[in-house]
Formats: sequence, structure tokens, C-alpha cells
Amino acid sequence: MENSLNIHIHFGGGAELLFDKIKKHVVELPAARKYFPDTDIEKWRIKELLQWIKDNLLKERPELFLQGDSVRPGILVLINDADWELFGELEYELQNNDEITFISTLHGG
Amino acid sequence: MPVPCKAGCGKNAMLKRPKTGDTLCKECFFEAFETEIHFTIIKAELFNRGDSVAIAASGGKDSTVLAHVLKTLNQRYDYGLNLMLLSIDEGITGYRDDSLETVKQNRDDYEMNLKILSYKDLYGWTMDEIVAQIGRKNNCTFCGVFRRQALDRGAAMLNVKCIATGHNADDIAETGSEGTIPRVKPLKYTYEKEIVMYAHYKKLVYFSTECVFAPNAYRGHARALLKDLEKIRPTCIMDIIYSGETMAVKEEVSLPTQRICTRCKFVSSQEVCKACVLLEGLNKGLPKLGIGKSSKAKKMLEEYNANQNNMKTVISNINDDCKKNNCVSRGKVCRSNRNTTNYVEKEKNEDKCCSSTQEKTKDSVATSSSKINTLLQDYGISENGCVDDKITLNGESSENHNFEVDLHNEDTSLIEENDACVGACGKMDSLQIGF
Ligand SMILES: [Zn+2]
Ligand SMILES: [Zn+2]
Ligand SMILES: [Zn+2]
Repeated sequence: MENSLNIHIHFGGGAELLFDKIKKHVVELPAARKYFPDTDIEKWRIKELLQWIKDNLLKERPELFLQGDSVRPGILVLINDADWELFGELEYELQNNDEITFISTLHGG
Repeated sequence: MPVPCKAGCGKNAMLKRPKTGDTLCKECFFEAFETEIHFTIIKAELFNRGDSVAIAASGGKDSTVLAHVLKTLNQRYDYGLNLMLLSIDEGITGYRDDSLETVKQNRDDYEMNLKILSYKDLYGWTMDEIVAQIGRKNNCTFCGVFRRQALDRGAAMLNVKCIATGHNADDIAETGSEGTIPRVKPLKYTYEKEIVMYAHYKKLVYFSTECVFAPNAYRGHARALLKDLEKIRPTCIMDIIYSGETMAVKEEVSLPTQRICTRCKFVSSQEVCKACVLLEGLNKGLPKLGIGKSSKAKKMLEEYNANQNNMKTVISNINDDCKKNNCVSRGKVCRSNRNTTNYVEKEKNEDKCCSSTQEKTKDSVATSSSKINTLLQDYGISENGCVDDKITLNGESSENHNFEVDLHNEDTSLIEENDACVGACGKMDSLQIGF
């Protein structure tokens, strides 16, 4: 199946400030093979989603959100409201209608 | 492939705890989180029955979670505490509007009294006015020092036994011990990740930007470093705390008896407290006093004292000029012609005329209201900013002034900071951390 995916992306804890202060985004991801044509990537994992966010949502200062091919330390990632550490982190394979949440822990005392 | 809750409740786990690696569902996490804070309180006997306790409330996640948990535990375990909220309004245009609203929300949600103290009341200067004097670069020194004392003054006014602050395990590892004041930190063994997850799952409302002026590069620096370390060795932070606490005990033994600041009568380790030194500088028109390197501050003071006699003449000259040019800057003496007298430090890029000074002020306020800039600055880890904006409490005092000056040696404290991490986790050289 080469279908696209609908994904809900939420930002919180200050991370939304990097995304026009918009906390909730609903996005449609094209088939992974189309988005990464010159690679052997066939599925959307968190790793690919981060690349997509960098290309499409994150306009400036990507280093404040990303580090290497992961998120910057101090940013929590939730998959359907659960800690991504329970689901293989970057390797988690996205399902249609998944809700991915990014919360910054770096602000406010 | 959901992971079961390790507590055996039959539900699916929602998070992995950083300390233990345990996988827990929401409810079991809440219980573990709250119970651990309860044990921190009981074991260290942080409170006594009947105590009045002020919770230092910023509207941020830590103090919001602290207020929520203390309220919960006070009821559940019948501590018999009289809890109240204490907030500081620094007088930063646009900044506290939202966070004070959040604190008021805390007040209503947790049914506690709230006292808001302003810098204007306490010091006669708002942060906006301070920034107009010294520029944006160093004012976190003022924030930090003034804020610490503001809490003491507020605590005295509320007649409370102690101040509970929201410092968590990550914070304490970063900034070291705070000093002489009766503070309790019920979250000191609690990881930031869990605080944020707790707030998220409990749907607590908190405010998520720090000080608008804060480049906070020094703190961000240490924080990013620790976050990196945590990934490799999750107990790193705890190690630093434990070693920090051991050191703190040793220090206490050899510390001289606490003094009272001769100016403001509040607790101080110096004859004149840091806040009063900074105020002295502001009021004398030497705002960088107490911030920069000791050599620079000494020079500034010497020049200041040497010029003290000239000063009246100079000021009256300036005043005359100002009257002529109809030039008043915030009700204070116009400072625009000072450069020509050359007794203020040379680096100061004071503008040549008053109108441009005022423009600059407006400009910095406008910039400060942009929260995206705040975030960018807060996150920004610049090596240069790091050294300049560093705040240390254990400065060296210098001689030959009419009062002791609490001066920092930036280079020394930078080394100390690195030592802390190398000493505690011993992992520094094996890591490649890009700043
Ligand atoms: Zn459970
Ligand atoms: Zn500040
Ligand atoms: Zn004082």
C-alpha cells in the first residue's frame, strides 16, 4: 500500500514557540517512498517524521529542536500520549491517525 | 505491542521512569511520583506540623507541580501545614502578565493565599528600568540576586517558617547549592522529565517561558550538558546532587556565622549583601558594579571615587544642558553627555543623545516582548554569552572600598562548573558534546 498517513502533531512546554506558537498540527504525509525517492525508505518512522518536520514545519533554528537525527535532549516525545521510550523511540513506525507530542522540558521554574 | 505496567495493575504502561527504568501506567506513576516526594519530605523533616510555608510560585512547571503536590500531600498525610503562594513581579513589561495569571490560577485551583511583591516596592527599580540602565546582557545577575532576596523579604512579610522552591534534580545539579536562606526543595530528587509528564497527564496549567531578558546561556549550557549525560548515564544527575549535599555539609562547618547586611538588615554572607551592592551601583550610575571581573569593578570604583567631587559639577552641567535641550530621561539625570567626561567605563556604548537612548529603551522592550526571541536566546548556547552572563554566588571580596564588594571571578567559576561534572560523573572526556 502506498497510501498517505494522517498524523496529529502536538507541541507543548514551549516547543510550540518554534512552530509559530501553534500547538496542534494535523498533517498528511505522502507515501514514504515518494517523499524519500532516492533512498530505500519505505515506511514512516519517528526518524522520518523528524526529517519531515524539519523540512516542512520548522522554519528556523532547527538545532533548537533537533540534534543529529533525533530530538534535542530535553524534549520529550509521546506517541499517542505514551512515552516514546516504550515504543522504540526513533524506530517506531507511524500508524494512520497517530498523535505525536513534543514537550520541551527546558522552560519555566 | 503495548508494555504492561510494572506495578501489576493490569493496565498498559504510559512511561518509562528515568531513575529506575520502571514502566508504569498513569495512575501508578502518579502514586510513585507523589509518594517519593512524601518520603523526601518525611525523611529530611522538611516541615513541622503547624508550619506556615510559602511556595515560591513563578507560574512555571516546577512551582505549579510543587503547589499541586504539596496541596495533595498536605491533605493525604495530614501534615498540618498552612500553605501559601509567593510571587515576585520583576516589573518587566508584558512578561509577568501571563505568568501572574497562571499563578492566580494556581491560587484559585489550590485555594491558597497569594502574595505578589514587586521589585519597584522592594528596590525602587523595576527590571525595565534596570535594563534601560545596563542593557540586556547582564541583567540576569540582577534577576537572580534581587529575586533571592525578594523571596526572603516576602517570607518575612508573610511570617512563614520557610520557603518551598520548585528546584528539581536537574536544577540543583546545574546551579549548585543556593546558600544560607531557609529554603526547602521537596522536588530535589525529582527528574524534570517526570515533572513535565506529571503536569501533562494531570493537565496542570503552567507557563512555559523563562525570564524575557534571560540569555541564560550559562544555565542553558550546563543544562544541555546534563541532558546529554543523562542519556548515557541516567544516575549522573543524582550523583552530582548527592556529592553536592555532602560538600554542603562540610562547607557549613567552616562557614563564618551568618551576618546581617548593614544596609537592608537581611541575611547576608557579606557586610553588604549582593542586592545592596547592585543597588549601590545602579544608584551611583555604575550599574555593572558587582557583575564583571574584579579588576574592572575596582577600576570603575576608583574612577568613581576620584571623580566624586567632579561629579556634582558634571551633573549640574549636564542638568543645565538638559534643561536647555528639554531632555529628561525617565525622571533621572540625563546621562547622555557622560562619555565626554570619560569616568564611566569605556566599553559603555551609551548613545550620544537622549532621544536615541530612549529609542534604545523602547527597542529593547519591544524585542523582549517577542517570546520567540526569548526562546531562541534561552536555548542558544553561545560560548561567548556563557562567560559574560555567568552568575556565581561565591565571589571573592575586594579591599579598599567603603564596603565589601562581592565580585565574581568568571574564569574560576567556569572551571568549577566543569569540575563539578567531571568529578561527579567522570564521563566528560569520553563524550563529544558540541556546544
Ligand atoms: Zn499501573
Ligand atoms: Zn533574568
Ligand atoms: Zn542588603
